[in-house]
Amino acid sequence: MKSREYQQIDPKALPTPTQSPPSHQHQAVGDDGRTPRRKWEVFPGKNRFFCDGRIMMARQSGVFPLTLGLILVTSGLFFIFDCPFLVKHLTSCIPAIGGVLFVFVLITLLQTSFTDPGILPRATPEEAADIERQIDDTGNASYRPPPRTKEVLINQQVIKLKYCFTCKMFRPPRTSHCSLCDNCVERFDHHCPWVGNCVGKRNYRFFYTFIVSLSFLTAFIFGCVTTHLALRAKGGKGLMFALQESPGSAVELAICFFSVWSILGLSGFHTYLVASNLTTNEDIKGSWSGKSGEAVTNPYSHKNIFINCCSVLCVPMPPSLIDRRGFLPADEPAQTSGVDLELPNPNTKSDINVCVQGPKGLLESAALTPLLATSCPQGKPQTALPCPENTSALNSDPSLELSQRCGGTHHNSKTYGSTSPPLPTKGRLHKHKRASSHTPRPTFDDHVSPSSHDGNHRSTDRGHRGAKFATLQ
Amino acid sequence: MAETHSLQDMRQQAAVAAKVFIQRDYSNGTMCQFQTKFPSELETKIDKQQFEETIRTLNNLYAEAEKLGSQSFIEGCLACLTAYTVFLCMETHYEKVLKKIAKYIQEQNDKIYAPRGLLLTDPIERGLRVIEITIYEDRSFSR
Repeated sequence: MKSREYQQIDPKALPTPTQSPPSHQHQAVGDDGRTPRRKWEVFPGKNRFFCDGRIMMARQSGVFPLTLGLILVTSGLFFIFDCPFLVKHLTSCIPAIGGVLFVFVLITLLQTSFTDPGILPRATPEEAADIERQIDDTGNASYRPPPRTKEVLINQQVIKLKYCFTCKMFRPPRTSHCSLCDNCVERFDHHCPWVGNCVGKRNYRFFYTFIVSLSFLTAFIFGCVTTHLALRAKGGKGLMFALQESPGSAVELAICFFSVWSILGLSGFHTYLVASNLTTNEDIKGSWSGKSGEAVTNPYSHKNIFINCCSVLCVPMPPSLIDRRGFLPADEPAQTSGVDLELPNPNTKSDINVCVQGPKGLLESAALTPLLATSCPQGKPQTALPCPENTSALNSDPSLELSQRCGGTHHNSKTYGSTSPPLPTKGRLHKHKRASSHTPRPTFDDHVSPSSHDGNHRSTDRGHRGAKFATLQ
Repeated sequence: MAETHSLQDMRQQAAVAAKVFIQRDYSNGTMCQFQTKFPSELETKIDKQQFEETIRTLNNLYAEAEKLGSQSFIEGCLACLTAYTVFLCMETHYEKVLKKIAKYIQEQNDKIYAPRGLLLTDPIERGLRVIEITIYEDRSFSR
């Protein structure tokens, strides 16, 4: 039920900021009374900051350590076991190419994880009061008003801007509120547990480069290991002999074999998204697929693949809007946290949803649907969600927000659960099914728990890639 | 926001009477543009043409920051080849234009808005959501 109470913001009752005692004039100071505080220390979202605000991640790092570990282990085994043999028998370009790809993958992964994805800072109390006043001027203020939306015309399309209850502002187009990070993120693509961060406007290009270079790296290592084992097994010695001589190669082979398909599929999917200037979020929701019967097209697409790619990947890097390292002035409130009416219980749901990204990502995500149904009675899309957090987060698509975090979660569960796929684009469904074919399927009645997900993580080595692909749908 | 003598005097002596928020204009998509509609609270304070001129210049500056041209394409390709490490070393095009915008706002405040008891806040300090115009109580700030 709707447990969020509507409370009008009274400008006179705005919380007075008391970051520091009144005697400190210039800057808010820390507890010791000497060091001025930086804005990241009072940031209201669920993020973690390192290096004095230079680096940020989601509070739940998800399986980012696993991602990093797998990349390091596989590449390490490659350089130790395969490269010496291949250099001797083939060419010394192999470690060079492998090294370049490995460095590329590592750098882009760290950039994706540590960069501000495009978080919108929450509205100041005065702004929030101003917006509330404007809304109430048009509606009735006697009881809780209906969900607030504002319509704008973009390229002859009517776009509904939704009001974010947490951030106290109308979300710009293509912005979505990530409930895991508790932030509105511009051009929100999805929350990726594998990189431990949201993927949005500012770090999408890093993410895309990461998955493309990871595809190349995985395919390259797979090819090299296969060649290595084939060369060793030559002369009738057999594969078992080759594997015994080079046990590391067996591990690499397993990891790469299971992950290369899903990573390639994921890269292909995101290449499609980039070429059509879509986000994963919009693709899953089917915002522009016209499933509502109207003739809608993507108003942000430039109708030219090259221009679309440029506008996603080559546009000037936008600045971080949250000013993590700025100093907190003594007379300014941190942000609209005083009138935040969020309830704590959705967070547990978020934790559960995040843990979905196991190797059986698709399945776990599919299994989430019953979980979602139990926690939020209206688990279907396009219905108003009673869950307080999701009211602000998703407006009316709680299950779809899940899928934002868990990739193809809801989308794929729709595919499996229903007889006919909801989305008309067969290409995407094909990719989804491909990923799913590599992961065992749980029953839909399974209620996933975090522990089971962790077990799933470890059961398949690089099968997480499949999950990643699935989750990122 | 720069503090000049007139601005400092104003902040110290005058109380904030009201704040007007100029919201974003999304009719061109997600580009950073602000509405040029003249707010009613400023009718007695400033000339409509002047206000619209300020907003229009700001909109042009933001469009320049986000412009997708051959230069940004080359920069993007180069950055991609270096795994985007160049972003750590050099100032991006957007940041350069933001500095220009900050300078312009300071200049507008000094010349036009402060003498009328108004203060423009750089939108970057509000997350590019709004242009906040603070109206100070009228204490013979007229020219």
